[in-house]
Amino acid sequence: MSTTTTSTANRITVATTWLDGCSGCHMSFLDMDERLVDLAQQIDIVYSPLVDTKELPEQVDIGILEGSISSEDDLEKAKAFRKHCTLLISLGDCAVTGNVPAIRNHFKLSDVLDRAYRENVDLQPQIPTKSVPVLLTTVKPIHSEVEVDVFVPGCPPSADAIWYVLSELIAGRKPDPSQVTRFGA
Amino acid sequence: MSRTVTIEPVTRIEGHARITLQLGDAGQVEDAKFHLTQFRGFEKFCEGRPYREMPALTARTCGICPVSHLLASNKACDHLLSVSIPPTGEKLRRIMNLAQLTQSHALSFFHLSSPDLLMGWDSDPVSRNIFGVMRQEPALAKDGIRLRQIGQTIIEMLGGKKIHPTWVVPGGVNEPLSQEKRDAMLKLLPEALEIAKRTYAFFKTLVPKFKDEADHFGTMPTLFFSLVSPKGNLEHYDGFLRVKDAKGNILEDMVPPWEYERLIGEAVEDFSYMKFPYFKAQGYPKGIYRVGPLARLNNANACGTPYADVALAEFHMLQESGPIASSFHYHYARLVEIIYAIEMMERLLKDPTILDTRVRARARSNRYEGIGVAEAPRGTLMHHYRIDDDGLITWVNLIIATGHNNLAMNQSIRQVADAYVDGNNLQEGMLNRVEAVIRCYDPCLSCASHAFGQMPLAIELKDAAGHIVDTLTRG
Ligand code: SF4
Repeated sequence: MSTTTTSTANRITVATTWLDGCSGCHMSFLDMDERLVDLAQQIDIVYSPLVDTKELPEQVDIGILEGSISSEDDLEKAKAFRKHCTLLISLGDCAVTGNVPAIRNHFKLSDVLDRAYRENVDLQPQIPTKSVPVLLTTVKPIHSEVEVDVFVPGCPPSADAIWYVLSELIAGRKPDPSQVTRFGA
Repeated sequence: MSRTVTIEPVTRIEGHARITLQLGDAGQVEDAKFHLTQFRGFEKFCEGRPYREMPALTARTCGICPVSHLLASNKACDHLLSVSIPPTGEKLRRIMNLAQLTQSHALSFFHLSSPDLLMGWDSDPVSRNIFGVMRQEPALAKDGIRLRQIGQTIIEMLGGKKIHPTWVVPGGVNEPLSQEKRDAMLKLLPEALEIAKRTYAFFKTLVPKFKDEADHFGTMPTLFFSLVSPKGNLEHYDGFLRVKDAKGNILEDMVPPWEYERLIGEAVEDFSYMKFPYFKAQGYPKGIYRVGPLARLNNANACGTPYADVALAEFHMLQESGPIASSFHYHYARLVEIIYAIEMMERLLKDPTILDTRVRARARSNRYEGIGVAEAPRGTLMHHYRIDDDGLITWVNLIIATGHNNLAMNQSIRQVADAYVDGNNLQEGMLNRVEAVIRCYDPCLSCASHAFGQMPLAIELKDAAGHIVDTLTRG
């Protein structure tokens, strides 16, 4: 996971980001603990909320998306990841099914916004619109908008599951996460 | 020519945010805003769900502090049941909360903020991250990973999972602690305490080097808001609300948490999905206050555990008198709280009643309204529910720890921008300082949007007509 510019060209590059989720899937990634140090020998994290490199590189080997698609920003990010990443992983139930964020699909978006910014408020009730992304009326899983190569369900998938998927990919094999994951767990 | 500088995404924080700086003709900062760019809508979409689903559901607001939501939600449900939970059940809940405090504070200090502190604000952004720390300071990185792992492991032993555990239920916890698990947890703690003390001692040697940052990173008079124990000591699970002013006068004390609405109002601004809570008695935006580790230590008479109390005394020496004003010292306060959490877990685990099997009170809902308040790692967390006769949720209000700090975070970025940003000669390191003051607060923005940051960074300088006159990219 070295991010130095001196890293060798044959290292696998990985980009991650979170869309509409809770960051729990990224935390589960960090729960690989001391294995992170081994992983850092084999891959370069070239873009992620955990690092300061703020531009998604032209070409990345593995892209990992957490969370569902709830806003125009999320949609743009999902498309950018698809465009620039050779292989795209949908990580966690929010990414795979819509999970908790998609519960809001049972309500009208304006009702959901009104509750937060007009009703449960003491002063200046209004819907924020400046410098914030436009919300989509329907929250969607990643694969409904862009093609996904590997699905890793779980809320969140365990660190062992993430380790397995990455190890298989590093070894040049296609992982079968169904052995190590289950929805909701 | 006035210009806007946008920093996006703010990295090494949890969640989706952008910062905009308005620069005037001479390159001076005229305005600074912190925008939360995710909205989730828990307050509405929980409607119609059985209240017993709320702990597992609302825990999904945050993967870093799910235990806080689990506890605040269950406490709101305890209130709906009108039960007082068995003492051992409460102690077990406290242990899980302290384990989370340890792992979450470790994440904030080691994984997210230590790159700035060790490598410098102006160091190469390509390696200014935890993986860079692994190479440059492997022993410290290892300590951070291990400390977080110990916290997460204790959570897993209690709740079956590191992230989004269950186990805590309305009325208590659903399984007593076994002797084997108790012993296994106790075995982990001495190593954790060693790491915490070692890190604290190391950080103290760094503090003098950051005098300038300490003077400008959100150093301002505000109120401080937190729970305290009935004795006025440090408290994270229960207790009463205390509000102190910048001079150290106690304005409100021993307020039962369910009276929170008397103290706190919420305002909305058009530029952020995060609301702006304020202290009602002083109005908006004058009623600015801070929560979290800094506020808790400023408010507490004592920690109540030996090493943490020594560290608390040293914390108060950071300033000549009064509550510590600089948000830079959130880092310091966090390390003191880790020591406290480990000492307290040990005390609770050694309590002879901790293996009692009576850990849950059973009842049906007996009220229509329930309020649960706990101290999350980032500050005071409030869950407020109403239900109907069938136990279905009809209304929800959540006030999230990070939200309380919204006014303070906005003032802080302005202060840092005034001190370090020169619009005529923009440097990446200047903008990293603006982000770094946000990292002091360790915001949890997926929570705060009941809401969550991320896109290529480009700082575009636009002229008044919106034309891009210059672009600075990082990474
Ligand atoms: S799948 Fe679960 S852990 Fe992952 S982002 Fe969604 S709610 Fe969080």
